[in-house]
Amino acid sequence: MPERDARQRREDWGEVPLGYTSELAQAEAVRCLQCKNPLCVAGCPVGINIPAFIKLIAQGDFVGAAKKIKETNSLPAVCGRVCPQEDQCEKVCILTKKFTSVAIGNLERFAADYEREQGEVELPEVQPPTGYKVAVVGSGPAGLTAAGELVKMGHEVVIFEALHKPGGVLLYGIPEFRLPKDIVDSEVDYLKRLGVQIEVDTVIGKTETIDDLLEEGFDAVFVSVGAGLPLFMGIPGENLCGVYSANEYLTRVNLMKAYNPDYITPVLKKRRIAVVGGGNVAMDAARTALRMEGAEEVYILYRRSRDEMPARVEEIRHGEDEGLKFMLLTNPVRILGDENGWVKSIECIKMELGEPDASGRRRPVPMKGSAFILDVDCVIMALGTTPNPLVPMTTPGLKVTPRGTIVVDENTCQTTKEGVFAGGDIVTGAATVILAMGAGKNAAKAIDQYVRTKKVSVSA
Amino acid sequence: MFKILAKEKLTENIYKMIIEAPKIARKRKAGQFVMIRPDERGERIPLTISDADPESGTITIVFQTVGYTTKQMGTLDVGEYLQDVAGPLGHPTHIENYGTVVSVGGGLGTALGRPITEALYKAGNHVIAIISARNKDLILMEDEMRSICHELKICTDDGSRGFRGFPTQVLQELIDSGRKIDLVVAVGPVPLMAAVSRLTKPYGIKTVVSLNPIMVDATGMCGACRVTVGGVTRFGCVEGPEFDGHQVDYDELMKRLKLYVPEEREMNERFERTHRVREVQEVKK
Repeated sequence: MPERDARQRREDWGEVPLGYTSELAQAEAVRCLQCKNPLCVAGCPVGINIPAFIKLIAQGDFVGAAKKIKETNSLPAVCGRVCPQEDQCEKVCILTKKFTSVAIGNLERFAADYEREQGEVELPEVQPPTGYKVAVVGSGPAGLTAAGELVKMGHEVVIFEALHKPGGVLLYGIPEFRLPKDIVDSEVDYLKRLGVQIEVDTVIGKTETIDDLLEEGFDAVFVSVGAGLPLFMGIPGENLCGVYSANEYLTRVNLMKAYNPDYITPVLKKRRIAVVGGGNVAMDAARTALRMEGAEEVYILYRRSRDEMPARVEEIRHGEDEGLKFMLLTNPVRILGDENGWVKSIECIKMELGEPDASGRRRPVPMKGSAFILDVDCVIMALGTTPNPLVPMTTPGLKVTPRGTIVVDENTCQTTKEGVFAGGDIVTGAATVILAMGAGKNAAKAIDQYVRTKKVSVSA
Repeated sequence: MFKILAKEKLTENIYKMIIEAPKIARKRKAGQFVMIRPDERGERIPLTISDADPESGTITIVFQTVGYTTKQMGTLDVGEYLQDVAGPLGHPTHIENYGTVVSVGGGLGTALGRPITEALYKAGNHVIAIISARNKDLILMEDEMRSICHELKICTDDGSRGFRGFPTQVLQELIDSGRKIDLVVAVGPVPLMAAVSRLTKPYGIKTVVSLNPIMVDATGMCGACRVTVGGVTRFGCVEGPEFDGHQVDYDELMKRLKLYVPEEREMNERFERTHRVREVQEVKK
């Protein structure tokens, strides 16, 4: 897919991959072999009929292709952009045996973009009202997907969102240059046009509890509040001025638009920034830092080697092209500050890889006498996140694991509390957008059955 | 959108506002706060819930116009709206009958600590309230405070009203007089809360302070508000805002509160600039 030049794009917030033209999309689509028994569909967590939509693109029916995708996936413009296709649908494409996979993600994105750019997206058929009311807590990918499915089934759906805008991580986490916010807004608008109601500024667990919602007449509740609590390393100097969690940094820049001088929220604009971590959030924070005024050097400090980095290959390449400095097998041990409490440097040690650990990845082991100091004036911690305890803490009868994730029946997303379902990162721990969407979809099926029969036996 | 039902100027730069927010009014407890974003381009700021009426579905906030956002809020009139008000947030104050409680409020802190004092008063404590300000014109809510305590002590820096000096001196006199004090609650500027905590520590008097770190989302997802309490990092928004005053690293808190001083100054200048333009236009009309 054509991309904008690295030097040019790091000066602004525009999207990096430009998307296919109709010609490119059709040329790519005809590569699909239209397998009788398509492996790609099984590789997609929501089971999109991939050969069918690709065939429509090959035939030039782009809007038809978008409609075909939307039968199973309500956020194709998002998924086409942020799914790790190389580990899902594209990984199992039969062409990979000899060639490169069909670019399924790019084609999905093309169809969704084409339909949206055509003007108002046509609404699918909505079932007649059932009279049942479902509350969805959290408006990230899991909540939006469940809401979309439930409203199409004819239920009344209200989403409760703690922040002032819906979208969850799509809005506050993933940066503009990877997922333009007007796309998130238009996907949310589409759900509103379908009839989904959204109440922002409502912190469930504080403004209202799950029990309040059940008492108010909701027949079921879907909890999709994510895993939004940032981890810190617990090393000395982490509370110095200039140390951010990636969540705070990205929330200031993406949700509060601190990069835009017309907005009031401030964010520190520093020269030499260290981002600690090797996942997609670390890449997002580092590439965001690179685009901020005054940034000269941005370092990725990661304790394992490049092969173990959990970030998408494409994002690592984009970051590298834009000038990120990768310091691999490097682990911070403390952050040093000046007399006013501001970050001035970070002390790290070099690591080497030992035996594989429980995750199957080789365990990093510190190398003796390898300590060195890197001059930086800002540190962003992107070490991962843990489940938000606000809902579990305030909901009697809801069982959680020692990790803080909500216990559910794998197939039905049903929790230990009658009428309450849960899905997405609050169940799995921090995972991917598409897995959260898959959970939202499964939960919608089970919730539909539950409100109608007060029983759940759905297998997904 | 949240409608402003009443607005009152308490002093030169402190306003009281009553806002329509039925769900928050129903749930809020003493010690909790809301996050407010005045308009689409605005930032989110934390403000203590100073009072609430579940019957009429309203909450009261009191704020001082110190920067862009609070000055902007100061220009809003009754009948206008705040774009976003989310809450009630933070842990409610732990309320029980301790015995004798001294509540120390400094400046705006008097209004912010008022609900805590009221809850302790209603719980049967003998409440001694010390309210303080730079001068007599800046003393807040004297009558309201008088109605929720057994003894009210007023002090001003310049002696224009009540005791001349700092509230810590009044507290010291109380301790020296041999009064048995079971709990001290301090709400106000960081130096005041630090000074009160320093004073009570050698006497072993339990002291609770309400911290005011920088916040963004205030639901625990970012850690902007982290403070060190007893050597451990805590998130002020969900684990606070109240903490054991003897355990707080005030020096770190003071430094972190200065994180955005240049940016805030720039925004403040922008407010003054745009606001002056608006005033000139209004005069021309």
